[in-house]
Amino acid sequence: MAVITIREALNQALREELERDENVFLMGEEVGAYQGAYKVSKGLLEEFGEKRVIDSPITELGFAGLGVGAAMVGLRPVIEFMTFNFSILATDQIINSAAKMLYMSGGQFKIPIVFRGPNGSAYQVSSQHSQALESWYAHFPGIKVVMPSTPADAKGLLKSAIRDDDPVIFLEQERMYGLKGEVPDDGDFTIPLGVAEVKREGTDATIVARSLTVPLALKAAEELEKQGVSVEVIDPRTIRPLDIETIIKSVQKTNRVVIAEESHPFCGVGAELSAQIMERAFDYLDAPVKRISGADAPMPYAKNLEKLALPDIERIIAAVREVAYL
Amino acid sequence: MSELKVKPLKPRGPSAAPASAGVVTERGPDEIDQAELRAEHQERQQHLHASIEGLERETLLNMLSQMVLIRRFEEKAAEAYTLGKIGGFCHLYIGQEAVAVGSIAALRPDDYVMTSYRDHGHALARGTSPDEVMAELFGKAGGCSAGKGGSMHLFDRDNHFLGGHAIVGGQIPLATGVAFAAKYKGTDQVSCVYFGEAAVNQGVFHESLNMAQLWKLPCIYICENNQYGMGTALKRAMSLSDVSQKACAYGMASEFVDGMDVLAVYEATRRAAARARKESQPSLIEVRTYRFMGHSMSDPGNYRTRAEIEKYQERDPVKVFIESLKQKQIVDDATIKEIEDRVRAQVEHAIKFADSSPEPAPEELHTHIYANPIK
Ligand SMILES: Cc1ncc(C[n+]2csc(CCOP(=O)(O)OP(=O)(O)O)c2C)c(N)n1
Ligand SMILES: [Mg+2]
Repeated sequence: MAVITIREALNQALREELERDENVFLMGEEVGAYQGAYKVSKGLLEEFGEKRVIDSPITELGFAGLGVGAAMVGLRPVIEFMTFNFSILATDQIINSAAKMLYMSGGQFKIPIVFRGPNGSAYQVSSQHSQALESWYAHFPGIKVVMPSTPADAKGLLKSAIRDDDPVIFLEQERMYGLKGEVPDDGDFTIPLGVAEVKREGTDATIVARSLTVPLALKAAEELEKQGVSVEVIDPRTIRPLDIETIIKSVQKTNRVVIAEESHPFCGVGAELSAQIMERAFDYLDAPVKRISGADAPMPYAKNLEKLALPDIERIIAAVREVAYL
Repeated sequence: MSELKVKPLKPRGPSAAPASAGVVTERGPDEIDQAELRAEHQERQQHLHASIEGLERETLLNMLSQMVLIRRFEEKAAEAYTLGKIGGFCHLYIGQEAVAVGSIAALRPDDYVMTSYRDHGHALARGTSPDEVMAELFGKAGGCSAGKGGSMHLFDRDNHFLGGHAIVGGQIPLATGVAFAAKYKGTDQVSCVYFGEAAVNQGVFHESLNMAQLWKLPCIYICENNQYGMGTALKRAMSLSDVSQKACAYGMASEFVDGMDVLAVYEATRRAAARARKESQPSLIEVRTYRFMGHSMSDPGNYRTRAEIEKYQERDPVKVFIESLKQKQIVDDATIKEIEDRVRAQVEHAIKFADSSPEPAPEELHTHIYANPIK
């Protein structure tokens, strides 16, 4: 197994899928000549040419809609948003067209498309460039939402997303592109959508984390181990469809849950997780579910305020101690 | 840059005196000069006669049959709506029949067609069975979208009809993507998309036409300018109301066509389709038309005068086509009666089919959400 970054893992997944299927193409702002704003598409233009790797104008709604239309007649577009903040301009085509087409056509038109790019906070880019939008997209039936937290997950899940016949929102994290990990060498390695992974086993409390908060939760678990608390860390990896069974099984074992997320708390994925745990495992809970979320405020620029707005290891540790009544 | 086509008709120019900022100039609802329209009527009739000579009788009769079918189908749909058999929003195509029929007749069966929520006419012109369209309006399992789309979302994959779309302008980038796919796969198929003039004010119109010309996509953009977006007259909503001129912003070929003349629409679309197929170039066609009914079945209609509607009804596209065909001795009263009888039977059959088609099964609520459902 090679040790590579998430950026390289995504690049490999794109390269392999472009290679495998003539109908796959990559379109977005700066994906070609510039090699990707975050270099995820490095080398792809050179390898696959302008037909397959297409630099688009700054026209998010337009190229999102173009992708959905192309998918209606058999292509498998991978649409890159330079960041998901800009996908907000394209939500009409994602939500009103991509998510609804199969349904309102009575099953006639499937939409095999991937919308991908960085989601969530970056480094001091303030309010309009730091939003975590998974709860928006996960709200709608007809869309799948994927959030990898390791290079292996990034590669395996992106390949599955491209092969999937439904619209997939694939949320990367800018702060995590450089994160390294082992990735299987097998060119046909995939990870199925809709399957959570227990990232660390434990018996005293469960942390459900995703994307940016997975490495934080793992560090918190290490620290808590030293304090005599055994923590299980679960990464759903796919937000919709959600593998709630794996989470419930863990809750039945540990009886205590902390949810860690960088998004705003209000109407967030954490709120949904919390509700589902309450509905399905209320009798197993020894403490109320605790959420550690991003601040309920727009992202500020100042370094100290930005730090305050994001979940960190200390807050996660404190939350676990709180649900464990320590 | 592609050569801009000469417009066969003089477009209404940009409004003479610009209104001062913030002041709404008081205008009557009637934007078009009566005498100008009459003169044009004469001119168009000449055109219609000339065009008829160049076409096979069978082609002409097919177009006429389709126009009559759409007219009678929509009349029946209106009736069914008032009886409560059709719910929700129901936008009729009466008055605009020549647009869908003329343009679709100029396409190949393997080309793609996409439109807005005002989609009954396009589906029928594309060959979707009236039975399935009516059943869809009735919300029945036998409908062309299995009862899940309704009036605004007719789909028919077999006939390459890619749907009615109900977000104003939403179908424009979709059809651009269909054209992109045709070019990508190296087929010589054409994507043809219809939208109202009010959709031109949406940003995505600009986004789509820019991409289409930039990447030379085989797309035909047909703006059905019926001069109103719900109750808002074109001039109250668009700074430059000459839609076809907007193609200049992209260096795109464009034409302005009389939408009451089915053969003018046919010819313009044929030119655009050839441009798309042979040169992979998009076109914008502005078709001036008029809807004789309200915006939808729930429209009070108090924003335009009866006189204005009647004036356009003089140029009823079905009526003028029949007149011309008669004058050219392509049809006589007996042929017209035959067509009317056949269409009446078709529409009655559609109503019976829709009435007797079962409701969708309750479990259909949760099907077709994902093509690859998980768990
Ligand atoms: C984005 C959006 N805004 C508003 C509406 C409500 N609406 C439906 S049709 C319509 C008028 C559109 O007029 P036009 O594009 O000229 O088409 P026409 O109805 O005349 O065929 C409006 C405002 C909508 N469906 N979508
Ligand atoms: Mg209109």
